[in-house]
Amino acid sequence: MSLDQSLQVFIAEARELLEEMEAALLRVAEEADPLESINAIFRAAHTIKGSSGLFGLDGIVRFTHVAESVLDDVRAGALAMSEDMVALLLACGDFIRRQVDAVEAGEPAPLPADDAEGAALLARLQRHLDADAPAPAAAPARTMAGVDDAAAAEGGAEHWHVSLRFGADVLRNGMDPLSFIRYLATLGTIERIVTVHDAVPALDAIDPESCFLGFEIAFRTTADKAAIENVFEFVIDDCMLRIVPPHSRIAKFIDLINDVPEQPTRLGEILVRCGSVTAHELEAALQAQGQRDDKPLIGEVLENRGAVAPQVVEAALAKQKQVRETKAQETQSVRVDADKLDRLINLVGELLIATAGANLVARRTRSSELMESHSTLSALVEEVRDSALQLRMVKIGATFGRFRRVVHDVARELGKDIALEVSGEDTELDKTVVEKIGDPLMHLVRNAMDHGIDPADLRAARGKPAQGTVALNAYHDSGSIVIEVSDDGGGLDRERILRKGIERGLVEAGRMLTDAEVYALIFEPGFSTAEQVTSLSGRGVGMDVVKRNIETLRGSVAIASEPGRGTTVTVRLPLTLAIINGFQVGVGRSIFVVPMDMVDECVEFSAEAGHDYTDLRGQVLPFIRLRDLFQMSGTPTARQNIVVVRHAGQKFGLVVDALLGEAQTVIKPLSRMFAQVRGISGSSILGSGDVALILDVPLLMQEAQLARGAARGSESSHVPA
Amino acid sequence: MTTPVRLEGELTIYRAAELAAVLKAALAEAPEGEPFVIDLAGVSEMDSAGAQLLMAARKSAQAAGRELRLLGHSDAVREVFETLELGALFGDVAPAAA
Repeated sequence: MSLDQSLQVFIAEARELLEEMEAALLRVAEEADPLESINAIFRAAHTIKGSSGLFGLDGIVRFTHVAESVLDDVRAGALAMSEDMVALLLACGDFIRRQVDAVEAGEPAPLPADDAEGAALLARLQRHLDADAPAPAAAPARTMAGVDDAAAAEGGAEHWHVSLRFGADVLRNGMDPLSFIRYLATLGTIERIVTVHDAVPALDAIDPESCFLGFEIAFRTTADKAAIENVFEFVIDDCMLRIVPPHSRIAKFIDLINDVPEQPTRLGEILVRCGSVTAHELEAALQAQGQRDDKPLIGEVLENRGAVAPQVVEAALAKQKQVRETKAQETQSVRVDADKLDRLINLVGELLIATAGANLVARRTRSSELMESHSTLSALVEEVRDSALQLRMVKIGATFGRFRRVVHDVARELGKDIALEVSGEDTELDKTVVEKIGDPLMHLVRNAMDHGIDPADLRAARGKPAQGTVALNAYHDSGSIVIEVSDDGGGLDRERILRKGIERGLVEAGRMLTDAEVYALIFEPGFSTAEQVTSLSGRGVGMDVVKRNIETLRGSVAIASEPGRGTTVTVRLPLTLAIINGFQVGVGRSIFVVPMDMVDECVEFSAEAGHDYTDLRGQVLPFIRLRDLFQMSGTPTARQNIVVVRHAGQKFGLVVDALLGEAQTVIKPLSRMFAQVRGISGSSILGSGDVALILDVPLLMQEAQLARGAARGSESSHVPA
Repeated sequence: MTTPVRLEGELTIYRAAELAAVLKAALAEAPEGEPFVIDLAGVSEMDSAGAQLLMAARKSAQAAGRELRLLGHSDAVREVFETLELGALFGDVAPAAA
């Protein structure tokens, strides 16, 4: 792996670690026992520091070092994880993120001392450390002077033993044991190092590019085991690393002796030379070793020496197994280039069209054998299509997760106590949709917090809990994904909105509007009833942009509200953008496609002339005559059909000439020339080579509803909305 | 005194195969009973592969019943020897070049 590639990996992993750190920081406030989370935060900072060190990213190492010291105090219980501390650490995470971004851009990571924000954060961190200053001897460990100075402090430094046997390919893979040892030395003092050359062959037998080296190191440091292990992170798969912690019983060294390939006496000698064991201890250990017939298990040895109680050992082993299992589960995914995925989807699309074409040809030959094998082929291609599209599906949980930080920060800014509830995180949607829905959702959440949640005193007066709740929910519904942003605030003020609407000329005075229609006014450009414009919202440039963004994704947005109780914004988005199951219908000589998952049923057309609705088993079903809608010439066939479609819980019908059946439909977007056409959302190439137009059902539904409204009006009867 | 084998330039993975051959040949040619001497004054750079090669040379010399001697340790060589504490392995050698 070239340096550039490994730097890329470092950047990606640093970002993941920063995300983990942020998530843990936001969790801590809610948890009864935050120890796990605090440890997670510490580990994240710690790992970033170690990895940055390997790449010589001084700025990051220095900054993370101080943050890590503060976290260490928190871990030890010397400092509290207060709200202010959480905010400070979140800001530190942001700064480190900035440093990582700089590295990615090819610039040196800003040194905290040189950067205004970094210096300010460092000062705040330092104040926490000074306030908690223990014995002066350990104080040098906290300063920014350099990591090696920290290790030299006599107060905390301990004697470790590090045993290394490098694998054969280490040199070929571009690594050099020397650089790892040099880096180890920056974490402490190498008191003694013995190069184990036993495995190095003579000149006539050696492969000079393989590695046969081992090292036994007596290491003095204040760092912990994880830090020492981290030094060897990049080569850990290619070497045997054993670390014997300070104050270890001789049993540990027995295990080391058992593990390494060299003879016990030989290794024993080395250990004594390192000063890690005394000659006397060694003798006793080798004697004990010799007296046993079988190799002692580590647990047994510890128990026999009375070092650890048996239940503790069992618990520790069980935990280790658990950690290994969860690690195995987590690493079940693969990173894929988005471009490669898109290319695959395109190819699958072409495959579908080609298969449809081949199918037509097969049918013409009337060979049942050929048709049968084609049927098998089509079924398989459909499965491939489904699998390919599944690859593009991501869980919305990650997007929802980002909002935790937003809610936390905005709540602080507004001085309101607001909690975020999230459900349906496992709901999946297309990758491109996820990317584009983030900003609109963010705006809705901010709105809910700023305007929705009522101030504390008002909540108390209304008998609501002091903490306001903003809830995010997601679920699938008949081919769409539904995302709800709701709050338990004061709800929308219908009267005020209506007044504003009339003021702005959007509504004629005296016109009767349903609640839904009044609330929908909020989405008009420039509309805002906020009395004050805050830095977050109120300027009236938000909601219309939100609506437009959602509609660009072929989605729809609606608002429901209960005065005094709360508001819910419901966003609907199509599940897949690229390939759908389509239902083909014919009108005149044209073929249209209706998304299959919206089709409810097909019935024969029967209605009185001039009326735009029919009786479907006792229910009123409004419909649209496609021939009229698209102003197509010619006469309709004798027997027309109605395709009943369902969207957002409502039904309406499409009057067509012929029903042509199901077909895979690869959606090709309309060129800009046709973007203004209402009712068409895309086109598709049929197996025959003809072009079919895909109907925009949600839009047509709106038209049908308007028609229905007009019909109601003309009958002048009050029908509940 | 035998003519020492002079190693010049990089004593690293990139030349390891080439230098192994050089050392093997030198050891084969040198007269018996005499120490096998390697002059390191011209070594500009050294890595683990280079250090390993010297260890292999030492083993070969031992197998042939000869003593391996290193001299003229350049700065690069000295730094590596200090980091890995290899001085003891190869015996103390006067830093003066031959």
